[in-house]
Amino acid sequence: MSIQAENLVWRIGRKTIVDNVSLTVKPGTVLGLIGPNGSGKSSLLRLLAGLRRPVSGKITLEGNDISNIPRRNLARRVALVQQHATTEINVAVEDVVRLGRTPHRNPLAGWSHFDTNAVDTALQQVGMSKFRQASWQSLSGGERQRVHIARALAQQPRELFLDEPTNHLDIQHQLGILRLITRLGLTSIVALHDLNHAAMFCDHLLVLDQGKVIANGKPTDVLTPDLLKNVFQVECDFYAPQDDAFHILFRK
Amino acid sequence: MTITSGISKRTFRFELLLLVSVVVLAFAIAMAVGIGEMRIPIRTVALSICNHLGFSAVNISQIQDSVIWNLRLSRALVAALCGAGLAICGAILQSLLRNALAEPYVLGVSAGASTGAVAIVIMGVGAGTVSLSVGAFAGAMAAFVFVAILSNSGRGGPDRTILAGVAAAQLFNALTAYIVTTSGNAQQARDVMFWLLGSFGGVRWPEFQLLIVIIIGGLTICIWHAQALDAFTFGDDAAASLGIHIGRVRFILFSVTALITATIVSMVGAIGFVGLVVPHAVRFLIGPGHMRLLPACALVGAVFMVLADIVSRSVMAQQTLPIGIVTALVGVPCFSLILYRARQAV
Repeated sequence: MSIQAENLVWRIGRKTIVDNVSLTVKPGTVLGLIGPNGSGKSSLLRLLAGLRRPVSGKITLEGNDISNIPRRNLARRVALVQQHATTEINVAVEDVVRLGRTPHRNPLAGWSHFDTNAVDTALQQVGMSKFRQASWQSLSGGERQRVHIARALAQQPRELFLDEPTNHLDIQHQLGILRLITRLGLTSIVALHDLNHAAMFCDHLLVLDQGKVIANGKPTDVLTPDLLKNVFQVECDFYAPQDDAFHILFRK
Repeated sequence: MTITSGISKRTFRFELLLLVSVVVLAFAIAMAVGIGEMRIPIRTVALSICNHLGFSAVNISQIQDSVIWNLRLSRALVAALCGAGLAICGAILQSLLRNALAEPYVLGVSAGASTGAVAIVIMGVGAGTVSLSVGAFAGAMAAFVFVAILSNSGRGGPDRTILAGVAAAQLFNALTAYIVTTSGNAQQARDVMFWLLGSFGGVRWPEFQLLIVIIIGGLTICIWHAQALDAFTFGDDAAASLGIHIGRVRFILFSVTALITATIVSMVGAIGFVGLVVPHAVRFLIGPGHMRLLPACALVGAVFMVLADIVSRSVMAQQTLPIGIVTALVGVPCFSLILYRARQAV
């Protein structure tokens, strides 16, 4: 198992945000996190990335408890792409991607050719090589998201966590980002809102509601009219043109 | 090649800025030593300094030599170090708090220093300038500890830290006003006001020796954390996900800036605007990377302060303007220009 979580619990004050969540992700597969707003998707990703400590439960990477892995070492194998991370500072695209090399460099170390290669490769993977001189402020939402993914890739992680990476993007860029994520071949956990996209691009899905796991499995097994009615309070039909693909049609 | 042109262009600018700053700083210090009630030519200044460093043994009149070495050179060097220190602290706090308006006094340090100084002057605890400095330093550190506790050592996030700083400044300013109104007289109040606006009068070699240790030590620690500071570009969680111990880095850097600022305030008063303006101007010229920003800020801040000191001593004959007035009068137009340009850039 690449990453595994057992019985995670996390609270803010007395409110339980993540309630006894367990999950496992096989190496190189994409797990989709779906659930209504406030169901704990972002908090779960933060716990998995080691940004918050769970109240109870544990997270292991290939059997090693992440609470025993030093921050820096963790950042060399796990990368997180947050929602809406932006800055007022006038940074260039290249500066942002270079940040991804932080966990690999010593405090006063110069810039090695490993670092240069990692940055170049990351920019190529997301198709932003031409923009390396562009200022962050001049980028569109889709471009910024790609640069964030490039920054995460420059960390050369084996596990990549993304929090609603397609938010606020048009359909072309939504599909572009999701295709990119599945093509990378990394062990990924992606929080998504669009259920059809989740079904199309994820190998497995985990459905959260009020911090609890409601369902867990292959998209075809997890996404059923009953589940969508219970979790999202919507009525829908399933349209299945082929055996392994389907489309959810929502009723008015 | 186009691939590295952005970075190499900035490297060139950085090196050019360092070179220009070093040259200008040397000339500015020589000029600052030369001007005053006794005018001394730059050649004599250079020779005197060479004599003292043991490079030469040229005959110079003893009075000139004494004025140069004992009075003016120490003052010019302290001014340079204060400018450097304040500019570094401003740059660090702007990055850590992710706030363009952050400056060295944002953590309440100057308000605390004034309370400490006033307590010494008016309530008569101890005597003389040494104890005034000690009081100011104690007050500054008290304010910083107050802010650290209130903001949960900076773990509450940038906004909470700034609010804690504002609260501390209000509290300590109120305490200062209380002490002045209840037990001071008008002359004492004016003395404290003048001291607070900043003055390099009376600084000598002991101040320089203390400052150079603190500034060089502080700058080293800050440069050691340069990559960590860069990682804060997209906020705390982004920095943490890049492997930065955000709590630890915050605590170390807040402590270093508070120590530098408190030392400066206790020696020369609360000189405003350098710490706010210089980092913005330097960032505008060479970009936001801290590995370059910090040394460049130190040099540009030093140049700015030495020049401001020259202006403060030469505007009015026989009289010295408080240095804080000069930095603000020069700083505000510079800052307005940067703001205007920045608006166009975005």
